[in-house]
Amino acid sequence: MSDHESTYVPKTGIEKWLDTRLPIVRFGADYMALPTPRNLNYWWTFGGILALCLVIQIATGVILAMHYVPNTEMAFASVERIMRDVNGGDLIRYTHANGASMFFIAVYLHMLRGLYYGSYKAPREMIWIIGCLIFFLMIATAFLGYVLPWGQMSYWGAEVITNLIGAIPVIGEPVLIWLRGGPAIDNATLNRFFSLHYLLPFVIAGCVVLHLWALHAAGQNNPVGILIPKDREKKDTLPFHPYFTVKDGFAIIVFLMLFALFVFFMPNALGHADNYIPANPLVTPAHIVPEWYMLPFYAILRAIPDKFGGVVAMFAAIGILFVLPWLDTSKVRSMRYRPTMRTFFVLFVINGLILGWCGAQLPDAPVIGDFKTFILIDGDLNSYLWLTRFATLYYFAFFAIIMPLVGLRETPQPIPATISEPVLGGDAEKG
Amino acid sequence: MAESVVTENGEGGDATRRDFIHIAAGAAAVGAAGMMAWPLINSMNPAADTLALASIEFDMTKVQEGQQIVIKWQGKPVFVRYRTPAEIQAARADDRAGLPDPQADADRVKEGHQQYLVLIGNCTHLGCIPTFGTGDFGGWFCPCHGSHYDTSGRIRKGPAPLNLVVPEYEFLSDTRIKIG
Repeated sequence: MSDHESTYVPKTGIEKWLDTRLPIVRFGADYMALPTPRNLNYWWTFGGILALCLVIQIATGVILAMHYVPNTEMAFASVERIMRDVNGGDLIRYTHANGASMFFIAVYLHMLRGLYYGSYKAPREMIWIIGCLIFFLMIATAFLGYVLPWGQMSYWGAEVITNLIGAIPVIGEPVLIWLRGGPAIDNATLNRFFSLHYLLPFVIAGCVVLHLWALHAAGQNNPVGILIPKDREKKDTLPFHPYFTVKDGFAIIVFLMLFALFVFFMPNALGHADNYIPANPLVTPAHIVPEWYMLPFYAILRAIPDKFGGVVAMFAAIGILFVLPWLDTSKVRSMRYRPTMRTFFVLFVINGLILGWCGAQLPDAPVIGDFKTFILIDGDLNSYLWLTRFATLYYFAFFAIIMPLVGLRETPQPIPATISEPVLGGDAEKG
Repeated sequence: MAESVVTENGEGGDATRRDFIHIAAGAAAVGAAGMMAWPLINSMNPAADTLALASIEFDMTKVQEGQQIVIKWQGKPVFVRYRTPAEIQAARADDRAGLPDPQADADRVKEGHQQYLVLIGNCTHLGCIPTFGTGDFGGWFCPCHGSHYDTSGRIRKGPAPLNLVVPEYEFLSDTRIKIG
């Protein structure tokens, strides 16, 4: 798919002039003509949706930065000023804040798509790894941005998360002070967080270019998961435009409806009320919770009784994604043909939701009813502490044990030879 | 002149000298980049004015027996607690009670001022502020992740690894301390 020949013919004089000097129109035209597997379903539309999310976040963010003041004395008030006095400021800020949530909804679905259809397997490892890097950068950017309004959750979230670095033996403490720019979270911290929050989205944009480059070098995966043979390229692919631009466009409209629902009708539903209280270094909120998209990782952090161990587990939960291509031993890409693995995948999704739910609860609270069962090691069995631990165990077991073992032991269903075979019963020529 | 530089076998003749120049130039570039990066990295360390706020004084007569006052020092909360005799006794009795971070109560207060406990008020787990007088040991309880501290500020139960930190401080007079 990558080495198809350019079909672009410059028509106007300016295009001809430009084509020998900066073939940018050719680049765009070739991109639009890219042969795309004709069986891509709607799970494949999240790439385009994510690109839009990044553009929305950068556009609204640049405008917000024109009104925001990164100073502990003025940050909270400047955000309130954006909400009350700046023309349309409330909509811009609500779009930016809810945009982060929408970005994460899309990225989680995009990653689960890749997981289900085996999009990380050879020859697409680099696409997946760069994608994991983008996901990690997104988490960092979202965390930095959440600190900027300088509310109670901003401050205490920053306190808790930067303290994680202090858990590293020996170098933890000096690195923590260096990162904060002082003995505690203060103006120096807020200033640098603002600077980095502005920087990282452009690093993400750079990684997106690499992500697409790798995608077009290896070619797109598809729901059947087979590589399209060279001689079938004409039959099994369609040009990206107009076939998939239209499909992506429709998905974007549906996605924007969900986006608008939050921005216009429940702009604070995904936030936390405590962040409308100005930061106070002398009062901790009764219950510190991160934004919803970080809850599963926050739950994993709390599942481990040791402080440094918890930090290691949390980073390992993201780190293990990077080596996923080498943990999966199956030759079959798509889980459509792997019924055993499909069951484990569904459990993995449910497990992820449970982890997220656990991350928002108090660890000692009972899960079912209001009764105690018995103390297992350091907590009641009927508590979120233990539910979180079981879910954490499954999360890691899914990648480190289930993936390698099932790949070796299962019997996959027969894989079709071409992507039109499942639709046309092998008689693709007639279609 | 040119002939003396370019030898017959220009490809391999000067290999060792060229390698040396390549490596030396590369090493110099890496060294220079590092030297340029260091001031940038170091600028993120606490600035002079931040470090200048290093010490404060506090009048101990403001604290009543059985209570604590929270003051701000270097952007962090500092607990100043006036302990009751019963609380001091409880802390001393537990000196050998199998503590996660063993330390005697006497080592956490100043000689002759054992009723006063001065501590940095951030939980050693992830930095929340523990609430006064709660928890299983009557000291503090951190609501974030459930760490229990005793009346000496020592960790007794929960995920925190260390005792509440005793900052550097000294008694200037019987009723006045200087922290930092």
